[in-house]
Amino acid sequence: MNIFFQQVLNGLTLGSVYALVALGLTLVYGILHIPNFAHGAFYMVGAYVSFYAAGSYGLNFWAAMACAAAFVAVLSVLADRLVFHPLRHSPPLHDMIAAIGLLLFLEAVVQAIWGAEFHRMPAPYTTILRFADLTAPVSRLLIIGAAFVLMIALQVFLRRTTTGSTIVAMAQDREGASLVGIDPVKVSMLTFAISGALAAIAATLFAPINLIYPSMGHLVIMKAFVIIILGGMGSIPGAIVGGLLIGFAEAFGAFYISTAYKDIIAFLLLVAILSLRPQGLFPSEVR
Amino acid sequence: MSARPVAEYAFYALLVAGALVFPFLATNEYQVYVMALAFIWAIAAMGLNLIVGYTGQLNLAHAGFMAIGAYTTGLLTVDYGVPFWLALLLSGPVAAFLGFFAGILSLRLKTHFFSIFTLCVGYIVYLVIEKWDVVTHGTVGVIGIPAPSPIGPISFDSTRALYFMVLAFLVATIFFKRRLVRSLVGRSFMAIRNSDELAEALGINLMRTKVVAFMLSTFIAGLAGGLYAGFVRFLGPDLAREYHTFDMIAFVLVGGIGTLMGPVLGAISITWLTQSLQFLENYRMIVFGPMLILLVMFMPHGIIGTFGRWQARRREKQMRASRGAGRVGAEARAHG
Repeated sequence: MNIFFQQVLNGLTLGSVYALVALGLTLVYGILHIPNFAHGAFYMVGAYVSFYAAGSYGLNFWAAMACAAAFVAVLSVLADRLVFHPLRHSPPLHDMIAAIGLLLFLEAVVQAIWGAEFHRMPAPYTTILRFADLTAPVSRLLIIGAAFVLMIALQVFLRRTTTGSTIVAMAQDREGASLVGIDPVKVSMLTFAISGALAAIAATLFAPINLIYPSMGHLVIMKAFVIIILGGMGSIPGAIVGGLLIGFAEAFGAFYISTAYKDIIAFLLLVAILSLRPQGLFPSEVR
Repeated sequence: MSARPVAEYAFYALLVAGALVFPFLATNEYQVYVMALAFIWAIAAMGLNLIVGYTGQLNLAHAGFMAIGAYTTGLLTVDYGVPFWLALLLSGPVAAFLGFFAGILSLRLKTHFFSIFTLCVGYIVYLVIEKWDVVTHGTVGVIGIPAPSPIGPISFDSTRALYFMVLAFLVATIFFKRRLVRSLVGRSFMAIRNSDELAEALGINLMRTKVVAFMLSTFIAGLAGGLYAGFVRFLGPDLAREYHTFDMIAFVLVGGIGTLMGPVLGAISITWLTQSLQFLENYRMIVFGPMLILLVMFMPHGIIGTFGRWQARRREKQMRASRGAGRVGAEARAHG
């Protein structure tokens, strides 16, 4: 029973981190209409900034996370202004290649500053909770709790506030949104900021139980792509459901099938699902 | 360019002549080695250009197929004692065979769905090579791949001899691709790049043509991989990683996307550029990443594409000028 519970906990932990990354990606997809390959690099930069803020400046975990979120939000807005905005009339291929250029650049910069070696962020809380025969490390519960609070907050922001609605409106219909007086430049900057902050927060939450290194974003971003394809590009509930689905598939796959092949599970799942349903699991309204 | 075949053949002859004398002008063996490696990447990039540049599908699994070709040659020669040339002959077809299945699954998806799907396919190839160590030697890699066996009096134990071997394959690939892109098949690839709907309206079978393009592209990737195995003689699973695909995209883009010689020019110039940036080592991407971004912003057609456009514009201007002059002359005569 405890073993099964541990896998559920693992699945939820992985799933909520993936869902946060995928949420940022899906939001930006609504604006750019291309997958932002640089998003994984934002995730990686977020982890490094909080590692640095916590390690060198001795900030506590939450303050370091706030720093990272702010830093990556600015970085992400800069990427929009300097790279994606000037390319908005180019063919999608060019946007994608520019995103790849950005990814290579950020990785090289981080490697130049902090080196290629692995780092580990100290866990802020190390206690383990016990109920009957079930055990749960607080660090994991924290990831799950924080991720879900954030997802609910984001959902409320997008559905209940005017500013949030402009993002949804723009993702649904760019021209229509401009017609009713929504400023596309402002909305796209806001979306990039949120997306960057989400990536940084996800990276910081995951950092204490994971390693930090320059190419740490590759696998996460690829899984996030899998998630938004499965969940429907641009769909917010799709990103959350897809994230949890991949998280559980990995946790249970690693335990019941093979740890060596756990990273392949997400991709095989994608290949299997898209082979049967080329339109994805939940075809989105936004396309 | 077909209007002036003599100039074009002279241009190719000059290039081949240059490539033939290069090893004799090079000051050391290392330069010959770097150039030959650049040629191998050029062959692989030409394969990528076929699917990305001519057919308009951004395939991000290309390095995976190159690795499949390389491992075909490497494993067959090292573990099964198959002669090098037979193994090399098989590396293209094996990659294309697997490319067929990847193609029929992935090409049903359009634009970035296709790109992401192929990114995953590439990653699966990498993970399979890394984890399936009983067959692929896993992270240890394939060590001690034999040099190509001699053909008659020609032996391939020196870098220079290998250079000429690679050059021969490069020339053959260029020749093949030139024939291909000018054929009806090549034209239907370009029709698909311009618009799926338009191509379909012309009676092109979309799926079949795309799969053919994908298979040809993976065939060339596999061949380049086989050559890589015979040339470098060591293989690791990293060959399948996505950053090799990104490198090849840069080659295609810098040289000129959708042009015949673009990938070759790109592969050679970037290889030498990185050689000269050697002091930056792992940080070369700090220069390279922004360069890629600036290229798509300001020179999206690459060196050859930009040159071609400039030439076309000039020719058009000349034509307009001469036509204008002719009209003025005719009017003057009529009035006179």
